[in-house]
Amino acid sequence: MAGKSGRTIIAEEKFSLKKLLVRWETFLVIIFILVNIMNANISDKYMSVPGLFNATNSFLSIAFLTLPMCYILLIGEIDISVGAQVALSAVLLGISFNAGLPMWLAVIVALGVGVVCGFINGIIAIKFTELNPMIITLGTQILFRGIAEMILKDQSTGGFTSVKWFSNLYWGKIGGVVPIMFVIFVICAVIFGVVMHKSTFGRRMYAVGSNKLAAKYSGINVPKMRLTIYTLTGLFCGICAVFASSQMGSARPNVGSGYELDAIGMCVLGGVLTDGGKGNFIGAMISVFLLGLLKYGLGLVNVSSNIMLVVKGALLIFAVMIPHLNLGRFFKKRAVKAA
Amino acid sequence: MEKKSLWKTITGSREASLVIVLVILCIFIASRNSTFLTLGSIEGLFKNYAVNFVLTCGMMLVLIIGGIDISIGSTLAFSGMTASLILRDFPETSVLVAFLISIAVGCVCGLIIGAIVAFGKVPPIICTLGAMSIYRGLAYLVAKNEWVSASEFSKAYKAFAQSRYLGFGLINNLVVIVIILLVIFYIVMKWTPIGRKVYAVGSNAEAALVSGIKVTKVKVACYTILGALAGLSGAMFTSLYASSQGNMGEGIEMDVIAACVVGGVSLNGGRGSVVGVFLGTLIISIIGKGLPMIGVSQFWQRAIKGLIILLAVIINVLVQRQMDKAALKRREI
Repeated sequence: MAGKSGRTIIAEEKFSLKKLLVRWETFLVIIFILVNIMNANISDKYMSVPGLFNATNSFLSIAFLTLPMCYILLIGEIDISVGAQVALSAVLLGISFNAGLPMWLAVIVALGVGVVCGFINGIIAIKFTELNPMIITLGTQILFRGIAEMILKDQSTGGFTSVKWFSNLYWGKIGGVVPIMFVIFVICAVIFGVVMHKSTFGRRMYAVGSNKLAAKYSGINVPKMRLTIYTLTGLFCGICAVFASSQMGSARPNVGSGYELDAIGMCVLGGVLTDGGKGNFIGAMISVFLLGLLKYGLGLVNVSSNIMLVVKGALLIFAVMIPHLNLGRFFKKRAVKAA
Repeated sequence: MEKKSLWKTITGSREASLVIVLVILCIFIASRNSTFLTLGSIEGLFKNYAVNFVLTCGMMLVLIIGGIDISIGSTLAFSGMTASLILRDFPETSVLVAFLISIAVGCVCGLIIGAIVAFGKVPPIICTLGAMSIYRGLAYLVAKNEWVSASEFSKAYKAFAQSRYLGFGLINNLVVIVIILLVIFYIVMKWTPIGRKVYAVGSNAEAALVSGIKVTKVKVACYTILGALAGLSGAMFTSLYASSQGNMGEGIEMDVIAACVVGGVSLNGGRGSVVGVFLGTLIISIIGKGLPMIGVSQFWQRAIKGLIILLAVIINVLVQRQMDKAALKRREI
């Protein structure tokens, strides 16, 4: 075909320094380094192993949500019910623990609740394809948090700290150095990254995100993929709920409010745009750490949370806008490449 | 042209099915609580949900052009807070000036969003996600984390939401604002070129561009109008509750979007009507106001609301499928 249309498809990209420089991820890494320099200047204890792990632990439970969120955004959809799923899972974890179930069973209940919530989202999404995922998850967001409120009213459920291994999930450290949560996160992230970039499933996700109809005609089972990804999101909401409960030692119906925005923001800043079919996993992970550490650093200097809100919002908007601005050919190239 | 039978007109229109839902809902609540369908209760309903009615009008515009704005709750808080602070520091400020300040602040907020979406080509959901946290942060920052309490407002401002001088002593001021807005929106969307342009941009932006509509201008205008309306609701909100807090209006965007969707506005753009949006908002407000009246615990309300939104959109899809099927059958080959 190459001769006829005059086009050739280059399978392997050649390495070039210029290309590396104009990549979005390079830009993110630069900001990431700047954030770290800033943090190191703020606190002497920051640039040490325990200091860094303390910093990462402050945002890793939300980071679990970004893993499946990447997939959801990649196939061109969105899930704004993740915060509510976390709340419902956490509340049911607390309820079942206080009803006398052993802790490991309560954890399984929380994961199960997450899976069921994600499955509900997915089944509505594939049965009523006319509906925009935004509106489905808007409805389920209100519903899930409503159920959590219905169960717990304005009370909270707690006492998780009495189970040592459970609080160790968040607070415990392997060998006194590496937090357990960090290890689990890295394992999950590696699996997610490999699946996204090195497996058939990953390629298919890019295909579905770029053009659902074309993907369907080329034999991809789109409904099955969407259902899988939504359910996976539910599972990770359950995991996030477990870590959040372990951190706080209690659960309330308003746990995880605003998590969806944090998770989506992290992915989008990392280059996984909401249009679908764009972005890569490394970028998203860099941006998770970038935003998390930025928040931690600003917290160290007692920047009020209000200024942090403004900074976070502005960063998000600028990150997405920069590629579209005509700042010269550098960015234009990236825009073309991303498209 | 073939005349449609009455039955088909009813089953074929979304508004009619909304009216049926509304009537059933009202009958159900009224049968449990006789005070629900009294004049005072109905006025109270419109007064307390006036902000929602104002916001859904603007949200409808933005949804029709295929956008979305989840920052309106924050815009409401920021503009309402600015107006309240001015009222606190300059007590002689008149009600009209306070309202205009709030509208102006909201207008600027909306204009910024519109410009970023139209010229910066940022997806609306991402842009307004960022704007949501920026404006919320600003609302706290201008107030320095304080809140303006009822004693710090001027008497005239507090009285505005409770009195009826705009409605010639018959209708509450806030309700008058809502009625005027609804009438303006109905006329503009239905019978003027401006309204047609909005629908054109929403249905097919490229075709609209080719046929000479300035798409970016329409987009900026829609977001600016929504911002201005959010500013207006900021003033209405603070006047109604006679207090101004940094967290006011949190989550109202979800109620507003839900009301639009229940009223038949498509999130893909190009579809939606003022009557439908009005009915959708009415349904959502009645659920909010009516459920406590029939003794449903306040902790159940959110879940019930979520369930109703889901059911409404699903039924909408089913009705649409049925209509499409019927349309196919009628077609002559």
